[in-house]
Amino acid sequence: MNTYDIVIVGGGPAGLAAAQAARNRGAESILILERDKELGGILNQCIHNGFGLHTFKEELTGPEYAARFIEKVKAQNIEYRLNTMVIDITHDKVVTAMSREDGLYQIQAKAIILAMGCRERPRGALNIPGYRPAGIFSAGTAQRLVNMEGYMPGREVVILGSGDIGLIMARRMTLEGAKVKVVAELMPYSGGLKRNIVQCLDDFGIPLKLSHTVVDIDGKERVKGVTLAKVDEHSKPIPGTEEYIPCDTLLLSVGLLPENELSRSAGVELSPLHSGPVVDESLQTNIEGIFACGNVLHVHDLVDYVSEEAAAAGEHAADYVAGKGTESSSEAIQIIPTGGVRYTVPESVHTDKMADKLTVRFRVGAVYKNCYITTYFNDEQVSRRKRPVVAPGEMEQIILEKAKLQSYPGLKTITVKIEEA
Amino acid sequence: MEVKELICIGCPLGCPITVTMNGNEVADVKGNTCKRGDVYARKEVTNPTRIVTSTVKVKGGSIPMVSVKTKNDIPKSKIFDCVKALKNVEVEAPVHIGDVIVADVADTGVDIIATKEVL
Repeated sequence: MNTYDIVIVGGGPAGLAAAQAARNRGAESILILERDKELGGILNQCIHNGFGLHTFKEELTGPEYAARFIEKVKAQNIEYRLNTMVIDITHDKVVTAMSREDGLYQIQAKAIILAMGCRERPRGALNIPGYRPAGIFSAGTAQRLVNMEGYMPGREVVILGSGDIGLIMARRMTLEGAKVKVVAELMPYSGGLKRNIVQCLDDFGIPLKLSHTVVDIDGKERVKGVTLAKVDEHSKPIPGTEEYIPCDTLLLSVGLLPENELSRSAGVELSPLHSGPVVDESLQTNIEGIFACGNVLHVHDLVDYVSEEAAAAGEHAADYVAGKGTESSSEAIQIIPTGGVRYTVPESVHTDKMADKLTVRFRVGAVYKNCYITTYFNDEQVSRRKRPVVAPGEMEQIILEKAKLQSYPGLKTITVKIEEA
Repeated sequence: MEVKELICIGCPLGCPITVTMNGNEVADVKGNTCKRGDVYARKEVTNPTRIVTSTVKVKGGSIPMVSVKTKNDIPKSKIFDCVKALKNVEVEAPVHIGDVIVADVADTGVDIIATKEVL
């Protein structure tokens, strides 16, 4: 069996940043396994701009952002294999992969970095009645068709869900000559970034209907139209509010799900809250030597934060294979999300293993205005930050300082909470 | 004085910005958390501009389309002229990031450049 110090599953933004950081930290033997025909992952189809302001201090498109990382990975001679599907990972870190050229083979890794990303929630998960006509696409599929393969999925479009990909595709389809009639969102707020509502919908006069959903799809061979209805506070359609909208295409932008089949088969513990592995400050899962980063860990809205998180995972994996910092002498301090905070990543911290500063990212469960993000050490409030508005579509963060954690006597739990002013 | 509420599109933070206008002059910009926000707000109320991104066909390359963008932002009113100008454009591989695909698109004085390498 082939052996590598670090095997990285996935060559998207997370995998690339992890590889680069691991190499900079001294790891020699690194292998990236990527199922697509090129590195870069989802960035290759995200041709819009707005990437990299944090990382490179300039505004790049997705392919440009990916190219920066791909160039470095190549310059660092990091080995990668394309068209390669990882089909199994075991808890003792045997990776089973296959490709057309090499067939089925196994690799023994000392450390594994999970960087498989996420996928879109499909129609089947939505329980919309109607036949299964052509013309229903997930927004990301449509994005790939338009931007990479050069096909137009349709001419008259309704978009269900106001996630960022849906918003971006509303603009993209409009620029390519389609008529986007409406974006319908089940929730009373958009799941996408505010800037995308401005530059993708408002700029083109595309209406956004909040608290609306698709209750029927018309058409047997091809979509002919959809019926929208307003929903009440329990997301139930309100009778009498139905409206028929003729269209030939329905795009779904209804959420992203971390893709954790491999993690599960390895025995990695998953969080029911963010659907990704439960990790500590080193982004290490419950299995020693298996790390996770990027959208497989929790769905991000900024690739810059993915790169940052993945770089940390890469460094910790490099330290692990070098035998540094694997033993922890301190008890793990649990980070507890409550009062509107839906989850945190990481969910625990060993003070002796953490860097001087640790970023804890989280999402809230609803929109809160004029609120405070508060942090408690045990039962004592230690910080409070005012926020004009927080929303589920926008990831939030707090920074923990090692010195403060270490000097706090008997610290067992850190609680992160939203408190209304 | 007229007050305009904007959402900054400079980066994904999406800062809410309040611009106070004195006639056609910007009197005050508040709510931005960086320099970009100030620049965006002043432009948005006087001459709104956007970076436009799209794709064009590529012949003889490993993939059929190459992504492109306006090298700088162009007036919002020129967005559709810009994409129209790209409609039948076809380029030959290899294409490199930064290659000029269309010079001075739709009389904006701004070039369309490639954002992806296609070999």
